[in-house]
Amino acid sequence: MSQDYRRDKGGQLNRSKTLRFWYDNKGYEGYQGDTLASALLANGVHLVGRSFKYHRPRGIYSAGSEEPNALVQLESGAHTEPNRRATEVELYEGLSASSQNCWPSVGFDIGAINSKISRLLPAGFYYKTFMWPGALWTTYEKFIRKAAGLGKSPTEIDPDSYDKIHAHCDVLIVGAGPAGLQAALHAGRSGARVMLIDEKPMFGGSLLADSALIDGAPADQWVTKVINELKQMREVTRLTRTTVTGYYDYNFVVANERVNEHLGPNRKAGGPKERLWKIRARQVVLATGAIERPLVFADSDRPGIMLAHALRTYVNHYGVLPGNRIVLITNNDSAYHSALDAHAAGAMVEVIDVRRNPSGSLLDTAREQGIHIHENSTISAVDYRRGKLRGIEVMQLSDDGKAVRGVPSDLRCDLVAVSGGWTPTVHLFSQGKGKLKFLDDEHCYVPGERAVNNKGFEAGSCKATWSLPECLKEGAIAGASAASAAGFESTATEDASGTEESVYGPARALWILPTDHPVGRGPKKHFHELHNDSTVADIALAAREGFVSIEHLKRYTTTGMGTDQGKTSNLNALTVMSEIRDVPIPEVGTTTFRPPFTPLSFGSIVGHDRRELFVQKRKTAIHPWHDRNNAVYEDVGDWKRPYYFPQHGESMHDAVQRECLAARASAGIVDASTLGKIDIQGPDARRLLNMVYTNAWSKLAPGRCRYGLMLNEHGMVFDDGVTTCLAENHFHMTTTTGGAARVMGWLEEWLQTEWPQWQVYCTSVTEQWAVASITGPNAGKLLSTLCDQPLDDESFPFMSMQSFNVAGIPARVFRISFTGDLTFEINVPARYGLALWEALMKAGRQYDICPYGTEAMHILRAEKGFIIVGQDTDGTVTPLDLGMDWIVSKTKGDFLGRRSFTRSDTTRSDRKQLVGLLTEDPSFVLPEGVHVVEKLKDKPPMTMLGHVTSSYMSPNVGRSIAMALLKDGFNRKGSTLEVSLMDGSSHKVTVTDPVFLKSGSE
Amino acid sequence: MLLIECPWCGLRDQTEFHCHGEAHITRPLDPDSLSDEEWGSYVFFRNNPKGLHYERWEHSHGCRRWFNAARDTVTDHVYATYKPGVAKPEIES
Repeated sequence: MSQDYRRDKGGQLNRSKTLRFWYDNKGYEGYQGDTLASALLANGVHLVGRSFKYHRPRGIYSAGSEEPNALVQLESGAHTEPNRRATEVELYEGLSASSQNCWPSVGFDIGAINSKISRLLPAGFYYKTFMWPGALWTTYEKFIRKAAGLGKSPTEIDPDSYDKIHAHCDVLIVGAGPAGLQAALHAGRSGARVMLIDEKPMFGGSLLADSALIDGAPADQWVTKVINELKQMREVTRLTRTTVTGYYDYNFVVANERVNEHLGPNRKAGGPKERLWKIRARQVVLATGAIERPLVFADSDRPGIMLAHALRTYVNHYGVLPGNRIVLITNNDSAYHSALDAHAAGAMVEVIDVRRNPSGSLLDTAREQGIHIHENSTISAVDYRRGKLRGIEVMQLSDDGKAVRGVPSDLRCDLVAVSGGWTPTVHLFSQGKGKLKFLDDEHCYVPGERAVNNKGFEAGSCKATWSLPECLKEGAIAGASAASAAGFESTATEDASGTEESVYGPARALWILPTDHPVGRGPKKHFHELHNDSTVADIALAAREGFVSIEHLKRYTTTGMGTDQGKTSNLNALTVMSEIRDVPIPEVGTTTFRPPFTPLSFGSIVGHDRRELFVQKRKTAIHPWHDRNNAVYEDVGDWKRPYYFPQHGESMHDAVQRECLAARASAGIVDASTLGKIDIQGPDARRLLNMVYTNAWSKLAPGRCRYGLMLNEHGMVFDDGVTTCLAENHFHMTTTTGGAARVMGWLEEWLQTEWPQWQVYCTSVTEQWAVASITGPNAGKLLSTLCDQPLDDESFPFMSMQSFNVAGIPARVFRISFTGDLTFEINVPARYGLALWEALMKAGRQYDICPYGTEAMHILRAEKGFIIVGQDTDGTVTPLDLGMDWIVSKTKGDFLGRRSFTRSDTTRSDRKQLVGLLTEDPSFVLPEGVHVVEKLKDKPPMTMLGHVTSSYMSPNVGRSIAMALLKDGFNRKGSTLEVSLMDGSSHKVTVTDPVFLKSGSE
Repeated sequence: MLLIECPWCGLRDQTEFHCHGEAHITRPLDPDSLSDEEWGSYVFFRNNPKGLHYERWEHSHGCRRWFNAARDTVTDHVYATYKPGVAKPEIES
């Protein structure tokens, strides 16, 4: 079979370029310029998939992005994409696609049994049936997911590249149909920076399918003329194959350009597959057009039934006549264009008009051409058998249009085209927080008031302007007005005036057409929502069960929740509900339109922001040494910190135990470069420290260090660190690694908003300094081999800082300790960090120096009961809860958080307090986070006293140790409590002081 | 995404900023003289109006300066931005 339904001429195709493609493993041919849908129709293929829920056979329904049915799995392997609309996929050589949601084949699908038992599968069925008992949901889910669904996501990494770009313009125009082209022309002529965007591969919009005349010539000639003029304008950017997917605040617009996507997997290197545009526009002109509205009749979801304008598009733009005997059914005049064009292309055409005594020039022309019009009639049944549409039954409508009468007559046909009028495409306007208004005469929503910051205009059929001359005029005015509003001089001119006009008569407000049994009470189904398989009867059920709010209706029937967002179904659903409730449509309301207008690929959203370009790795100056020495890393914020250094295939446990022992036995060394460091200078520096720390800073002498706790105004600890006085008005503050940015922001907040008159400046110097911290009984001896400085207690006491050369490198050396043993934190300019580390490692060899990571660092501090903010605290812990009242000054006066110590919540007696816990079995390590109770009961509920915050095997203590926050913990010291674990075991623990190791010099 | 005028840098995308809630709350000069209720009100209670809201913003990915903004919480319209210490502008919303 080779393109039997291709017209001999016509269409914007390159007929010299034949393309071979595969659908469900069968080979076909099409032409360059086809979509997958038009090429399939040219080959007589209508049946392309099975529906979401009932597995009903479905065909190609539209010719654009509103397609609810023809979703296909495009390509296979790493290039595969689910749910691609066949109406949007451009044909390329070798294209391969397959139907979705059917097994073993689209023609014979086992899941179609769902259709036979549809009475048992009403709306909300899954919620009602499978949610109880909850424990079995995972069992149900497997079968439901298999039975209902769409395409399959790729399992391999996407091999394509994607791009992102930011752009700014004066006037952004969405839609390049007659109105949009006019707008671009008139805005462009003013010299404004204009962007014109359209989702199709070529500009023209509705004119691509029309047979209208503009300026006395066929419309496509006018389109070419306009494009040529736009090409001459330097400030005009034209984007085809680009969908505006989102319209956000302050005219921020996101658009997805399919750059090389249409070339298929063999697309050449050198360009991205897709590019995401983030555009800020001064003015946005929406010329988004309209989408044809379906009529819903008995079994109107069958393959071979499509929208009337889609028929016209296939005939005129794609050179395909998708049927030989075509029946149109309509409630308005616009479908007659399609009837006339199909007739001119050689089809036998009849029209079923639901109106009584319809008249008008278009109907007169149709009658003159010999097209039979069945007035006041409807389709009461569809004959679809063995994969083909074979005919329909026609019946007369009752006066109110709610019933049929008379006897049905058979009409043979192989294609039915439907038109229920047009729905303006208001998605973007609504996304941009514009208010919609309902036009009673036109039976549709149109843009009303714009959001205050989304300035611009609308033009053409997106505001229910149907006549071509009017659309052209509105476009010109919108373009000129937008340019003027953006500060350019522009006026609308009267070009494109000699335009043919069709005068439409009134439509009949009838969309749900009756059959010979009540809707929803017989074998024939009225599907208003093709994508998610929802029927008119489902809406009635929703109403009966009280889901009358449009937001409830939507979720209950899933109307509009498919990947097409109900572009063809929403208004019919509103109409049905308004009839059931007997209220006007505006009272039923409309749901909020949300981005994206059509689905975006994850690749496009992600762009280049993958792996290291998404989360950047922060590395210290010493990192190359860690890499060379087998470090296993831990992520701390964005930092890569050595977790431990395994030797000779050691386990983590063995490595960490060895590192802890070595650090206390002789000498250990840890890379502490990641600690936050803030340089604070100015006459009011002490005043700042006095306010942000709980202890007193007025008398700290130059060269001396002090540990401090930072509180928020709630009185809760949020950071800690050592701050050193470098000179009278100059301090060096350190923070936790993870809290560095937060603390910097905290200082700035207070200085800028509350104390702007204070003279003090804070500078982040975290990355300026590399820090090697050496600890252990031989740390001093080690350091003395690399400097000329006396390091005895008198010359260089604990909690002090001195500047001198270490290994020839100028250094600030801090004698402070996070291990409880003698420790020197050696700070050098970051570029010397690696040299310092290597010098220390070399000199330390005689002391068996042991590099250790963050896990050993945590154990060493826990042995001494030192806290880690964020692990042993969680934002609900005061210094008093930590047993650290020694650090809270009672005399210095006000500081941040102080007043909160006397709040009723902070003074109550049963607050959680930090204590130590020892297990009965010294070799058993409690899991962190485990809950502690007084006495275990057989089953919950039990009163939880608190939880374990830190827990380790400590080689230096010689047993397991833990810290916990327990209610009234200080008073429980010595008592025995219980914990129960996920594995069912229970354990006894004894409450102790959190200082487990009494030795240690500092 | 909003466009916000930093009083120091000019119009910038919202992604460069952080919002820090209600503005014009002064830290009490003598917290000890406050009742629990007054202190609690300063620490915990904030207005959450529908409509005009004066709030604190930080140009965190720009100049790192703080400023205040008068924003409509319904329409997201920013009426004005102004430096700390400047009196609250009168806005008719």
